[in-house]
Amino acid sequence: MTTPALEVRGLRKSYGGVTVTQDVSLTVMPGERRLIIGPNGAGKTTLFNQIAGEIIPDAGTIKVFGQDLTRQPVSARAHAGVGRTYQIITLFPRDTLLHNVAMAMLGVSRKRFEFFNSLKPQDALYQQAHDVLHSVGLSHCVGMKASEISYGEQRRVEIAMAMAQSPRLLLLDEPFAGLSHDERLIVRDLIASLPREVTIVMIEHDMDVALAFAEKILVLHYGQLIVEGDRETVVAHPRTREVYLGA
Amino acid sequence: MQIWVIQTLNSLSLGGLLFMLASGFALIFGLMRIANLTHGALFMVGAYLAATVSRAGYGLLLAALAATLLVALFGGVVERLILRRLSGNAQGQVLATLGLSFVAADSCLMVWGGDPIPIEAPRIFQMPLRMFGLAFPTYRLFVLAVAIVVAIGLYVLIERTRLGATIRAGVDDMQMARAVGIPASRLFTTVFCLGAGLAGLGGALGGPILNAYPGLDADMLPLALIVVILGGVGSLVGTFISSFIIGFIYTFGIALVPDLAYVILFLPMVVVIAFKPEGLFSRSAT
Amino acid sequence: MQRFSIGLLLITLAGLPLVAGEYFVNLGSQILIAAIFAASLNLLVGFAGLTSLGHASYLGLSAYFCAWLSSKMGLGHAVTAPAALLLTTVVGMVFGWIALRATGLGFLMLTLALSQIVWGLAYRWVSVTNGDNGISGLSRPSPFGIDLGVSNHFYWFALIATTLCVLLMARLIHSPYGASLRGTRDQHRRMSALGFNVWGIRWVAFVVASFFAAVAGLLYVYFHKYIHPSVMSVTVSAEALLSVIAGGAGTIMGPLLGALLVVVLKNYVSAFIERWNMLLGIVFLVIVIFMPAGIKPGIDALLGRLRRGQS
Repeated sequence: MTTPALEVRGLRKSYGGVTVTQDVSLTVMPGERRLIIGPNGAGKTTLFNQIAGEIIPDAGTIKVFGQDLTRQPVSARAHAGVGRTYQIITLFPRDTLLHNVAMAMLGVSRKRFEFFNSLKPQDALYQQAHDVLHSVGLSHCVGMKASEISYGEQRRVEIAMAMAQSPRLLLLDEPFAGLSHDERLIVRDLIASLPREVTIVMIEHDMDVALAFAEKILVLHYGQLIVEGDRETVVAHPRTREVYLGA
Repeated sequence: MQIWVIQTLNSLSLGGLLFMLASGFALIFGLMRIANLTHGALFMVGAYLAATVSRAGYGLLLAALAATLLVALFGGVVERLILRRLSGNAQGQVLATLGLSFVAADSCLMVWGGDPIPIEAPRIFQMPLRMFGLAFPTYRLFVLAVAIVVAIGLYVLIERTRLGATIRAGVDDMQMARAVGIPASRLFTTVFCLGAGLAGLGGALGGPILNAYPGLDADMLPLALIVVILGGVGSLVGTFISSFIIGFIYTFGIALVPDLAYVILFLPMVVVIAFKPEGLFSRSAT
Repeated sequence: MQRFSIGLLLITLAGLPLVAGEYFVNLGSQILIAAIFAASLNLLVGFAGLTSLGHASYLGLSAYFCAWLSSKMGLGHAVTAPAALLLTTVVGMVFGWIALRATGLGFLMLTLALSQIVWGLAYRWVSVTNGDNGISGLSRPSPFGIDLGVSNHFYWFALIATTLCVLLMARLIHSPYGASLRGTRDQHRRMSALGFNVWGIRWVAFVVASFFAAVAGLLYVYFHKYIHPSVMSVTVSAEALLSVIAGGAGTIMGPLLGALLVVVLKNYVSAFIERWNMLLGIVFLVIVIFMPAGIKPGIDALLGRLRRGQS
């Protein structure tokens, strides 16, 4: 029995009187490409943020490769091999792309506890950052500031930062949000090219590009999982249509 | 027994004054996210104004009214001319209020000089109330009564009026409030005037108890901060209760261990911060 | 190239006593002390993104610990100096823990409240601090037998101390820790997700800042040979904050220039008007409203607008 990459059991979260996550359970095996979709307000972001550690659930458990992370702080995620991207781009705007990726690598390195050594541009850290940026096709602008590149390029830097930490589980938060058609294709290809050692769980609102990526899909509606299955099953399911066309 | 009565009433009246000071601060902070560091100075200006007006022969009560209105007006001017320019820049607003507090404090020094000015309580409150063989300082009872009236008034304002509803909406979610058409700019000026006026009222009524002296602002501001930190920002009840807790701790602290009264104040704040950083009663985080 | 210009600056500064009279040398010492203090605050304000209004506490506590240990306990400088630094840093650890239970405005209010409590304690705990009379009759140390009572000697001593402190702080800023500190200032949510312990990083910055403020406090009490509770007032914290903001937060040289400006202004103004506090307040308002990024960027922007207006 292989340990699941992500195992969520009975997750529940309420705010005031509103239950945003209702008894959600899901299992993602290593190497999978899982997509969670649902109309706006379905609770995708809340579910995602509980898995990512920013929100603590009221009940239920979250296990990553067998490790219980339910009540662990956000920073524990990175050390457990979980990486994430954000729907709203949160790069370090005044720093170069190289520095952005280097920070990502620093987060999981012992080097971050060094107080007196100068962090020089010749450092091995920056060299590795170079390689990571090369793998997402951004070698040509490594020296530019994050605020100076296009939105699509920023999205790719986000993914680069997450990948720089060699995660075993990658959480993508609406990676196609705000991208132009061409940018979407580039990001889609980038995600498709990620190695199988990385398990990917993605939430998306836009169906077109996301459906092509996913092997297994979960549909969320009002905090509950209502449909689960592969592409054909989900697309053909009457409840899926109800939820999306009705919404 | 008599000493306990005196100290208890001292605590209650100090608590009442602190409530008037802190409720204004909490309102401004809760709605506008501005930590108004001028608040101690507003209290002091209220005290000085009351001193001048009452010495001119108008009596303390009228003086307190005048002080409240003038300080509220001053608050409105400050909000419109200075704080408005810095909207969106929370740190800038705080630093601006800091700068203002220095200007206000030094201005008071210039106008009223360096000696403390004693203020007389109104004649009717000067005789102690004799009951059960004990003497109750009447003015302190009066201050307590005013504080309770103010508390009730604020409660009614916030929970039962339209203005209060807009304030509550703004405190909960300013963006949403704007989106449903609540005029933020008028609301901000109104609330700032209200908060400033409350501070001025506290300073004026506090005159007979604390006197008006340079440094009153620096003595009162940290007390207001501690009350608000302890009670939590979003809660009127929290501010009310913690005002009296601090009033008691401070008064009895000064009486029993005068050297260490400030440290005594420190401890409940530390304990609360350690276990419940949002304050004892707060709904919203700082 | 940078090393060369820094070296040149140091030589110029070291040469001051050879060309200027005692008044200016003493002014120079005061500027140096203010520079260390402002630089220490900048670790919090500029690099950690945490605005503190209670920094004067650490300068004052260090000065008082030193004064108390030498005058009331009769201990020598070799003991009082490290003891003062250690004790103040411990207080910094505790206060930092308390203040960092909140961020942003909550943090600011906590630092102010804590600072006012310490200030009030200094006035009221007369048996220990002599209250409003302060502690006087203190002495300057004699490192390696050199008499620091001579103004020039003290100036060079302060210059060495300032140089060491600034170099150490610069080293810290340029280290991996420094990079992570700046990261928490810019995107703390992202930093957590990347695996950094944001609270721990901030707390360390707070403690280090209080340590260097303590160093400034020692120099302060050596210079004045006297300590009074007013050194822990909000005014002193505000002057340091003004130095940081006016000079430009988030740079190494900024606060040093800011300190120079504030001390010189204070010295000259005090000769003409008594209302330093009012002027400080007005300058604060002007800088915050019109030049929030600091005087230099502010003046550049102003000139830019004038030039555009003309063409």
